[in-house]
Amino acid sequence: MGREREPQKPQQQQPPQQQQQQVSYTVDQLVAINPYNPDILSELENNVNEQVSSQTYSLDANLCLLRFYQFEPERMSTQIVARILVKALMAMPAPDFGLCLFLIPERVQMEEQFKTLIVLSHYLEVCLCLCNFSCSNVWSERSFTYLFHLQTGRFRQFWDEAAKSRHIVEAVPGFEQAIQSYAIHLLSLTYQKVPRSVLAEAINVEGLSLDKFLEHLVANSGWILEKGHGKGQLIVLPRKEFNHPELKKNTADGIPLEHITRIFPILG
Amino acid sequence: MAAAGYDYEEQGREQQDSVYDPNYVPDSVKSFVVHLYRHIREKNVYEIHQMYDTSFQTLSERHFKDTPWPSVDAVAHFVDNDHVFCLLYREMWFRHLYARLTPTLKQRIDSWDNYCNLFQVVLHGVVNMQLPNQWLWDMVDEFVYQFQSFCQYRAKMRNKSEQEIALLKQFDQAWNVYGVLNFLQALVEKSMIIEILEREKEGLEQFTATDGYDYSGGSNVLKVLGYFSMVGLLRVHCLLGDYHSGLKCLLPIDISQQGVYTSVIGSHITTIYHYGFANLMLRRYVDAIREFSKILLYIYKTKQYHQKSPQYEQILKKNEQMYALLGICLLLCPQVKLVDETVNSQLREKYGEKMGRMQRYDDEAFGVYDELFSYACPKFITPSAPCFEEPLLNYNQDAYRLQLKLFLYEVKQQQLLAGVRTFLKVYSTISLGKLANYMEVDEPTLRTILLTYKHKTHAVDSEGKIISNADVDFYIDDDMVRVVESKPAKRYGDYFLRQIVKLEGVINDMDRIKLE
Repeated sequence: MGREREPQKPQQQQPPQQQQQQVSYTVDQLVAINPYNPDILSELENNVNEQVSSQTYSLDANLCLLRFYQFEPERMSTQIVARILVKALMAMPAPDFGLCLFLIPERVQMEEQFKTLIVLSHYLEVCLCLCNFSCSNVWSERSFTYLFHLQTGRFRQFWDEAAKSRHIVEAVPGFEQAIQSYAIHLLSLTYQKVPRSVLAEAINVEGLSLDKFLEHLVANSGWILEKGHGKGQLIVLPRKEFNHPELKKNTADGIPLEHITRIFPILG
Repeated sequence: MAAAGYDYEEQGREQQDSVYDPNYVPDSVKSFVVHLYRHIREKNVYEIHQMYDTSFQTLSERHFKDTPWPSVDAVAHFVDNDHVFCLLYREMWFRHLYARLTPTLKQRIDSWDNYCNLFQVVLHGVVNMQLPNQWLWDMVDEFVYQFQSFCQYRAKMRNKSEQEIALLKQFDQAWNVYGVLNFLQALVEKSMIIEILEREKEGLEQFTATDGYDYSGGSNVLKVLGYFSMVGLLRVHCLLGDYHSGLKCLLPIDISQQGVYTSVIGSHITTIYHYGFANLMLRRYVDAIREFSKILLYIYKTKQYHQKSPQYEQILKKNEQMYALLGICLLLCPQVKLVDETVNSQLREKYGEKMGRMQRYDDEAFGVYDELFSYACPKFITPSAPCFEEPLLNYNQDAYRLQLKLFLYEVKQQQLLAGVRTFLKVYSTISLGKLANYMEVDEPTLRTILLTYKHKTHAVDSEGKIISNADVDFYIDDDMVRVVESKPAKRYGDYFLRQIVKLEGVINDMDRIKLE
């Protein structure tokens, strides 16, 4: 063992029949079999591009690729890293973006395109409530200035900033929808009934398009439109244990059958 | 092996005591190796454990306080030049050296070479021994430790001699991160341990019940090394900052239950420490708090039995570190109810004052977070090879600084929520307008603060399910904030079931008593 490292000729080492099989492997299987085998590096890079074009996602494959970059920094492609980060942003509320950052050296994170992405992630992480944000050297000066300007920010600022960074995020299809679902996820954790204006701002959709959007959700996801008292429409969000805590209790009350079986002999 | 075929005596002895004669074997050492060798051949696990755990320490204390043990060549003829025994002897030889002296680069490379040979032999299935779990755990533990130590050593480039740099270049495969990970992974795979644990769940196999030992004459070495290698992988991944992958490696072990990992105190602590730390970094505070609390209580109750163990100091250190981590978790997620009462009072005693300062959310508070994290975090490593071009730069702090920065950034984001938490605690219902007024923000801002609160108090678990970490939760109904204090679900059912069984036992006992 103690793998001999031969980055120049990665393909030649593989026995031919294994290469054949790989065609039918999914990327997750490939990573599960070769978690520490840099021979699959270029395949993983191709897969990142494929995730972008086919709107799929594999955190494990991307972390594995970042791991290889971490082990052999000279093989790192910053373009691929940027794509991984955009995909990770789209996986919110999962902590994937942070997980990726843990593996990317600080000097790389200081590059302009990554700073922008990090700022976008901040907007999503704190939903822009930066009122108490005090000056500190925790983050780079530049990102900090961004944040400071947005003291009373809201989702609005995220969308504005994303619009400015079109060249990065627009290369990744489905970005807007992914962030919209994140916003909706957060709203439905928080609200039983949400005012139309709050929803509109969070998902960056207004007017007729919003009507269409809502129509779809009413038909498919159990959303209900209600008239608010004079302040425009209210949207009743589906009941979950997070916005209807009483739902949670019921699930915790059950006793598994195998516990009951312990007293069967006594009852009998 | 890359490092094979060099002249063993050539370098690397300067640092050690000049009176050390690697060929001198005291009688007690001769008797030690002869007996150990015999017990190993006879598969007498109990005696092996005694000699490994006690005699080796006693002899080290008496003869080798600040010198290495006799060289393997000097003892080999007492043990029929047994290849595997010599590999095991050298493994202990290096472990003793690392613990008491400073290894030279040559010795680090030699030790790597020895691990390669030893694991190679195990992986090829030619080992038919039965070794104590303690020893097998120590091998994995030491292997990862020496890897970490090598990375730290290599990253301090500035004061390397020319000779050292030449050696680093020549033996660039020694302690290579791919090599280390692939060995651990190979042990996991070759041992089939994941399948064994799976089959055990269905009652088709015994592993945990026998503490991993094989009572039908087979060897436990590969199986148990494979088992502990999963913990080893968790640790290596944590050192690299890859918490998600680390926890994935640990998945086959059910840490909510006793297992072989709890049969050795060092393994138990290492597992939970890294599990908790990884979960802390993944913001799954509840999981971290629960497991930290459990093991800290366990250490509190049992530490007196380990006072004489060579690991005692290590146990105490990890104990303190885990209290610090628990303190951090509880500040970011105030769920004190999850913590055992004894552990909680210990925590207040150790870190009460610091935690008070951390709650103030000023720059000083930040400093204390920094201090506790730096004290309690693993020794992060940069796994890549150094740049040999002048000027030679140290990079041993890079990995630690990145993890610290990202952690502190998370703390900063969490601190925004402290204000709103205070208000939510005192109201059961409050209108958005009124709350905004109290918090001195406008209503739209308040709405975003509340969204942030929800986001930060809800984590995503390993299966992608949303889990709540919130001590105080709420929901908004139109314009009203309704607060829900989370109460730990009282398990009445479970309680009654247990009492029924107990009562039945008491009645049975009473029935058995014959009154005269």
